[in-house]
Amino acid sequence: MAKKEDEREMDRRGFLECMAWVGTGAVWTMASGILKGTPLEAAAAGALKGNGGLRFVQISDSHIGFDKPANTDVTATLQAAIAKIKSAPERPSFVLHTGDLTHLSKPSEFDTLQQVMSELNLPVFYVPGEHDVLGDEGKSYLQRYGKGTFGAGWQSFDTDGVHFIGLVNVADLKPGGLGTLGTEQLEWLEKDVKSLKSSTPIVVFAHIPLWSVYPEWGWGTDDSAQALSYLKRFGSVSVLNGHIHQVMQKVEGHVTFHTAMSTAFPQPAPGTAPSPGPMKVDSERLRTVLGLSRLSFRGVNHPIAITDVPLIDAS
Amino acid sequence: MTRCEIQRKTIRRQVLLGLACVAALAATSRWTRTLTATSADGAPSAVTIDNFNFGPRSVAVPAGTTITWTNHDDVPHNVIGTDKSFASPVIDTDQQFSHTFETAGTFKYYCSIHPKMTGEVVVRDPE
Repeated sequence: MAKKEDEREMDRRGFLECMAWVGTGAVWTMASGILKGTPLEAAAAGALKGNGGLRFVQISDSHIGFDKPANTDVTATLQAAIAKIKSAPERPSFVLHTGDLTHLSKPSEFDTLQQVMSELNLPVFYVPGEHDVLGDEGKSYLQRYGKGTFGAGWQSFDTDGVHFIGLVNVADLKPGGLGTLGTEQLEWLEKDVKSLKSSTPIVVFAHIPLWSVYPEWGWGTDDSAQALSYLKRFGSVSVLNGHIHQVMQKVEGHVTFHTAMSTAFPQPAPGTAPSPGPMKVDSERLRTVLGLSRLSFRGVNHPIAITDVPLIDAS
Repeated sequence: MTRCEIQRKTIRRQVLLGLACVAALAATSRWTRTLTATSADGAPSAVTIDNFNFGPRSVAVPAGTTITWTNHDDVPHNVIGTDKSFASPVIDTDQQFSHTFETAGTFKYYCSIHPKMTGEVVVRDPE
């Protein structure tokens, strides 16, 4: 009788141990001869990488070519942003530039931008702003940054289990309207995410905000609701934008919206000035309102971590 | 001749020359058009771009008027006819763009860089 109970005891214990692994896959790796098992979720989010997690940076609105009072040397402030990225204790994997690379879409401006960005020695992914597609419907922009993209420059890529989608909402803007994604791009987006598991973290990056920040100043996208409907089922969606030259953040369910500072000049907060144009601040203050954003992922059920970093900390 | 007579002759010559210039200019249809546009009905042929706005937002002019847009903002704008009948290049700070409206009609336009900016030119038949 006793033997039977023992067996049952063992079975129950053994059964519970097994149950701990039910519902989780595991990736087994060999490192220095030690077998290590990591639950699949964490593996998907890149916890197998060195220190754990995926790290990247967002910069925006460099406006190379701008030379008005708000900032007479936008190249210098972009260089300061690059230096800050390079000096970070933990190296990011890549950089996202959310548009308005140049101020007037001039070849010399694109040249300077490319020169400065090459100092990073990191992959950079771009989406155009309305200042990058002037006069030639975006041909100069696509010539330089169109490789691997579709239409006006939209694209997607995967890294460390995260799906990145670059959208273009500055092409073919309609009179009286806001940003526009357009039918062709929306159809592409629907197909692009169709076969992804809902547990895949998604990062969308586009120039004009994909939520209604301040329509009176054109700070929104007319057809973003449709785009976001294709992403509704995903457990983690991060939307990274620029265009407004200030940090703004909003969380709606599983979606985190974030806009970055510009590296060139600040703009006023919604409705606090007659127009959204360049805002002149005291020269000592300028580099405290320009900057970049550091982003990282720990795991699929953790929201993205975003830190906004000014070029110089406000004292 | 006395100095007075010489002075009077010189002045008269200058005045006559001046009048001749004015007459010559007036004879060119361009100036006559401008005079008609501004004096006859007070309608401006100039539109300024300030703080992301076209001012005035609506102008009414006779056919043949040239409208000149001037950008006073620190960012570039442009002027694009919604019917595509006219389109400016990029207009940077302090730059200008001019277009002559030859036919009657209502011509709506907007800035394709900042599409919330809209305006119109209402052109009536020439006087």
